[in-house]
Amino acid sequence: MSNDKSLIVEGNLADNERMKGASKHLRGTIAEDLKDDVTGGFTPDNFQLIRFHGMYQQDDRDIRAERLKQKLEPLHNVMLRARLPGGIITPEQWLVIDKFAADYTMYGSIRLTTRQTFQFHGVLKPNMKLMHQTLNKAGIDSIATAGDVNRNVLCTSNPVESEVHQEAYEWATKISEHLLPKTNAYAEIWLDGEKVDTTQEKEPILGDNYLPRKFKTTVVIPPQNDVDVHANDLNFVAIAENGKLVGFNVLVGGGLAMTHGDESTFPRKASDFGFIPLDSTLDVAAAVVSTQRDWGNRVNRKNAKTKYTLERVGVDTFKAEVEKRAGITFEASRDYEFTSRGDRFGWVEGVDGKHHLTVFIENGRILDYPNKTLKAGCAEIAKIHQGDFRMTANQNLIIAGVDTQQKEEIEALAVKHGLIEASTSKQRKDSMACVSLPTCPLAMAEAERYLPKAVDELEAMLAKHGMQDESIIYRVTGCPNGCGRAMLAEIGLVGKGPNKYNLHLGGNREGTRIPKMYKENILDTEIMSILDELIGKWARERLAGEAFGDFVIRADIIAPVVDSARDFYA
Amino acid sequence: MTSNISKNAFAMLNEQQLTQLSSAASALNKEQLIWASGYLAGLAGAVALPASATETEQTQAVATATLTILYGSQTGNAKGVANKYKAQVESKGVQAKVVSMADYKPRSIKNETHLLVVVSTHGEGDAPDDAVELHEFLASKKAPKLPHLKYAVIGLGDTSYEFFCQTAKDFEQRLSTLGATAFAERLDCDVDYETAISAWSEKVDSVLVDLLKPVQTTQVSSTTPVANAVAESIYTKQNPFGASLSESLKITGRDSIKDIRHIEISLEDSGIQYLPGDALGVYFLNDENMIERIVNATNTDANAQVTLGEESLTLAQALKERLEITLSYPGFIKAYQAATQQQALADLMADKAALRNYLNESQIVDIVEAFPAKVDEQTLVDALRVITPRLYSIASSQAEVEDEVHLTVAHVEYEANGFTHQGGASGYLSTRVEEGAEVKVYVENNDNFRLPADDSTPIIMVGPGTGIAPFRAFMQERDARGATGNNWLLFGNPSFTQDFLYQTEWQGYLKTGLLTKISLAFSRDQAEKIYVQDRLRENAKEVFDWLEAGAHFYVCGDATRMAKDVESALLDIIQTQGNKSEADAKVYLTDMRKAKRYQKDVY
Repeated sequence: MSNDKSLIVEGNLADNERMKGASKHLRGTIAEDLKDDVTGGFTPDNFQLIRFHGMYQQDDRDIRAERLKQKLEPLHNVMLRARLPGGIITPEQWLVIDKFAADYTMYGSIRLTTRQTFQFHGVLKPNMKLMHQTLNKAGIDSIATAGDVNRNVLCTSNPVESEVHQEAYEWATKISEHLLPKTNAYAEIWLDGEKVDTTQEKEPILGDNYLPRKFKTTVVIPPQNDVDVHANDLNFVAIAENGKLVGFNVLVGGGLAMTHGDESTFPRKASDFGFIPLDSTLDVAAAVVSTQRDWGNRVNRKNAKTKYTLERVGVDTFKAEVEKRAGITFEASRDYEFTSRGDRFGWVEGVDGKHHLTVFIENGRILDYPNKTLKAGCAEIAKIHQGDFRMTANQNLIIAGVDTQQKEEIEALAVKHGLIEASTSKQRKDSMACVSLPTCPLAMAEAERYLPKAVDELEAMLAKHGMQDESIIYRVTGCPNGCGRAMLAEIGLVGKGPNKYNLHLGGNREGTRIPKMYKENILDTEIMSILDELIGKWARERLAGEAFGDFVIRADIIAPVVDSARDFYA
Repeated sequence: MTSNISKNAFAMLNEQQLTQLSSAASALNKEQLIWASGYLAGLAGAVALPASATETEQTQAVATATLTILYGSQTGNAKGVANKYKAQVESKGVQAKVVSMADYKPRSIKNETHLLVVVSTHGEGDAPDDAVELHEFLASKKAPKLPHLKYAVIGLGDTSYEFFCQTAKDFEQRLSTLGATAFAERLDCDVDYETAISAWSEKVDSVLVDLLKPVQTTQVSSTTPVANAVAESIYTKQNPFGASLSESLKITGRDSIKDIRHIEISLEDSGIQYLPGDALGVYFLNDENMIERIVNATNTDANAQVTLGEESLTLAQALKERLEITLSYPGFIKAYQAATQQQALADLMADKAALRNYLNESQIVDIVEAFPAKVDEQTLVDALRVITPRLYSIASSQAEVEDEVHLTVAHVEYEANGFTHQGGASGYLSTRVEEGAEVKVYVENNDNFRLPADDSTPIIMVGPGTGIAPFRAFMQERDARGATGNNWLLFGNPSFTQDFLYQTEWQGYLKTGLLTKISLAFSRDQAEKIYVQDRLRENAKEVFDWLEAGAHFYVCGDATRMAKDVESALLDIIQTQGNKSEADAKVYLTDMRKAKRYQKDVY
C-alpha cells in the first residue's frame, strides 16, 4: 500500500476524528444518554455517533425559539433512515413500519427518500430502542445509513428487466453487507445484544476511525440513471450481455455537496475508472473505500469526500492504487447510455409476466391527507399484496411483482386512496425536494413544504407559454449539502436563507451535467419571475424537442459546467 | 476594703465598672458603705427589669387567669386570626397567649382553664399538619378529663368544600366529650372570615372579660419571633400593594393538555419582602363577559346602585371588583332560591350529593343561566359572598429576582354551556390583564414551609404540576446562598415534551451541581401511569438514607390525592427501609413533622 506522505493532508485532525477514535467502535456513551430522562437530546459526541447507527438528532425548528422562551428545551427527537439496499421491502415489513410510524412518530408519516429507503421523522428518545427492536424483528436495520461510512447502497428500480435487476439488486445487498461496520455496537445499544470485548473488535475495511466523510454507493442499470450516479462516491454501472449481467463499469468520485461561500467546495461528476468483471466487485468496492479511508482529508471535513481526494491526488493515482489494492486491472469501459432519470409511472409488465405499478408520491411523504389517504392506501395494498414494494431514488413507490389476477384489485385500492391520480402533471413528477424544515438541522430554507406551491406556479407558467406538455427537471434543496440533488437538475434551487435560494441553471435531463449558478441569494418570488421570462424565451426560441437545460446553454444564458473543479465558480 | 471586692463576686460588672466601683468604695467608711448598699438597692427597683424576669412573673399569672389561643393552620390564616384576637382581648384587659399547635405539648391541655381553638380544615376534612398531633391526642385514650376547661372554637374553612370546617367540629366535639364547657358557640367561618369573626367577638368578648378578671399589669407580647422572619410589610390582605404584571407566559408546550403560566410581577418601590415558601395573595377583577351574562340572566340593571357593607356602588362595579362569581357555594343557591322561589332549586338543595357535584362544575353564571329569574339588584348582591384573593406559592427568591415575584399558575379555561369559562385569578393573570397593568397583591407568610436554617441540610422536594413553584424559589435561594446541602427534586406532569416546567432551569442546576438529583414522572408518556410517589418508592433506599442524614422533606401541590399518596409512600419507605412497624413509622414521620422536617404546602 502506498501511504506516501504527499498523498495525505497534514495538520490538526478535525474534531470528529477524535470523537470517532474515542468512541470504542461507535459506542461512545450512547447507552448512558438513553437513560438520561432530563433531556430528549444527546451530548455532543453522541449526537454525532448516533448517525453511524442511522439516526439524526433533530428538533421541530418551527417552535425552537418559542420553546426556549418557555424554558423548555428544543423538541428533540430523532430521524431514522433505514438500511434497505436497492429499496426493496416486503408487504409484511411495510405493515410493521406503517404501524410504528402511526404509533410512535410525531408526524405519523413514512418518508421515502432519495437514498431509496424510508425515514421515520420525530421519534422521541424513550422510543428509540423500541424502534430498532421493532425493525429488527422485521428484518430491517439502520446500520451505517449516515455518518462517515458507506451508506445505504442504491440500485436502479427496474422491475421490467427482472433478471438483470435481480442480479444487480443482489450485488447492491452484497456490497452493502461487505462494507458495513463490523462493530457489535448497534446490537449492544439498541437490541440489548451481548457485550463483546471491544479490544478484540476489528474494522478491516472502514478502519478504527472509520472514513473521513460520508460515502455513497450505487448499482445502476442503464439506460436508467434514477440513482443519479454523479451524486455518489462509487457507482457500479451494470453491463449486461444477452440479458445477463457480466460486470460493471466503475465510476468514482461523484458528489454534490458544497459549502456556501467556500470555493474549495463544489459538486463533481464521477470519473470513469473502467470495466471490471463481476467477481472483482467486492474487492474493488473495498479498495476504493480503503483508498479513500487512507488518503481522504481528515483535517478539513469540507474537503474530505472522495471527489476532493481525486482532485488532489489525481484520478490516475487513485485508480492505480485501487488496482493495486484490489489486485485487478480496469478494462476499458463498456458502452452504455443514460437516457432518463425519472420513474416510469403506472403499470409496466416485466419479462417474467409480472406487473409493476409505480405510483407518484409527492416529496416521498406517505401520510394520510384529508382527501388522499396515501398511508392507509399503502397499508391496504400491503395486506393483500403477494410481491414486494420498491422505493425509488426519486422518492416514489413501486408495487412490484403483481400477478395478473390481482392487478385490478390493487389498482382499485390505489385509485381509492389517491395513489393514482390522473391529474398529476409531468412537471410535478419531474420535481424533487429534500426534507428540510422543520426537522432537518442543516436546512437554511424551505424545500419539501415549498415544492408543491412552486410546482403549481411552474405548471401555470408552462401552460401560459403553451408548454404544458413539457417538463423541466426541477429540484429544491434546503442547504448546499444537496440531499435534494439540485446540482443535477435543469433548474436547481439551493437554500440560502428564509425564502432565499441560489438559482442554478443548465443541468440536463439525464443527470450528466452540473448546473451553474445563475443568480445568488434571491427571493423565491424573484426566481419565479426569472423563470417566467426564461420559459417564455425557451418556448419561442427552442429547437425541436430541445430541453430547457440544453436551451439555456445554447442560448448563452448560462455557461455549461464541463470540469467543475475548474469552471463551476468561473 | 479594696481587696475585699472580689472579682468573682462582681463578675457581672465589666473591668471599667469594677474599677470605678472599687475606687468609690475605697473612699467610704463602714456606715457609708451600709447606706450606699441600701441606696443602690433602691436604685435597682426604679430600673426596668430584664425581660426574662417579666416573663417568669407572667407565666405565674397566666396559670390563674389566662386565655390560651391555640392555632393550627396550613396557610397561616389561623395564626393571623389568633394574633389579632389576642391583641383585641388584651386591649380589654384580658391576659392571653398564642401558641401554635405544632409547638404545644398535648398533655399541657389539662393545665388550661380558658382555651380558644382557631383551626382550619384542609383537603377532605383533614386537620392541618400543625394540628394533627393534638387532634389525634384528644380523640385517644390518653386524653385527660377536662371538667374545668372553658373553651371556644373558631373554624376556618370554605363552604365550597364538602367537609366545611370539619376539624373545628372535631375539636368542639372532642373537648365537649372530655367534659369541657363552651363559653361561646362555635364559629364556622367561610373564606371571608374577618367579618364573621368581628361579629362573633362583639358578643364573646364581654363574656371573656367577665370570666377572666382583668389583670392590672402591662402586657409584653409573647409572640416568639421566627428565626428567618422578614420585616412586617405595610401591605396586607386589607391593604394590598398595586403591583404591575411584567410577564405572563404559557410555559407548557403547544400540544400540552395543560395551560400553565409563568407570571412575573414587579414589586418595585413597595419594599415588600418575602421568603421562599411564602405565598402571594392576588386580587383580581372578574370577567366582563360573565358579569354581562349574570346581569342578563337575572334581568338586573348593571348601573343600579347597591350597597356593600357601608359602601354604595353600582351593581356592575360590585360584580367586577367585589363579589365572588367564579366559585359557587351552597349559600348562594339557598339565597337565590329564597329570592326566586324556584322549585327546581329547592329540589337540588334537597339532594346534598347532587348539589355538591353541581356546585363543583358550575360557576355563578351557570347557575343563574340555568335558573334565570328576575331578582332585585341588592338581593343578588346579598346572595353573593365577598371576593377573596387567591393564594399562590411564590416561585422565586428575592436573592435572585430582587423586587420581582414569580408565580406558576394553572390557567383554568374551559368551554361549558356554550361559552368560555375562566378561573377567577388564573384567568385574570393569564389573559384578562395586560402586561404592565396593575395587580393588587400582598405576601402571605408561611412559616410552615421553610428551607432548613442550616444550608448543609439535604432536602427532598416533591412538587408535581404547579407544586414545582416553591422549589424554584428554594433552588434560587440556595443557589444565591451558596448552600452546600444536597437537593433532590421529584417532579411529575402528563408529558415530558410538553409539561416539563422550567426544564432548562433544572438542566442548568443539574449541570452546576446545585441540584443533586431529579426524578421525573410523566404520567402519560407510557401505557401505565407513573407518578411521583412511584418514583419515591423506586428510590426507597436512597430516600430513607437521605432522611437518616437529616433531610427535610417537602411536598407541594394537590392535596386530595398526590399529597396523600406521597405520604403513604413515605410511610412505607420508612417502614420497610427502617425495619419499623407501621406505628413506629408513623412516629418517625410525626417526629419529622415536629422537627419541621416534613412540611407541606398543599391545596
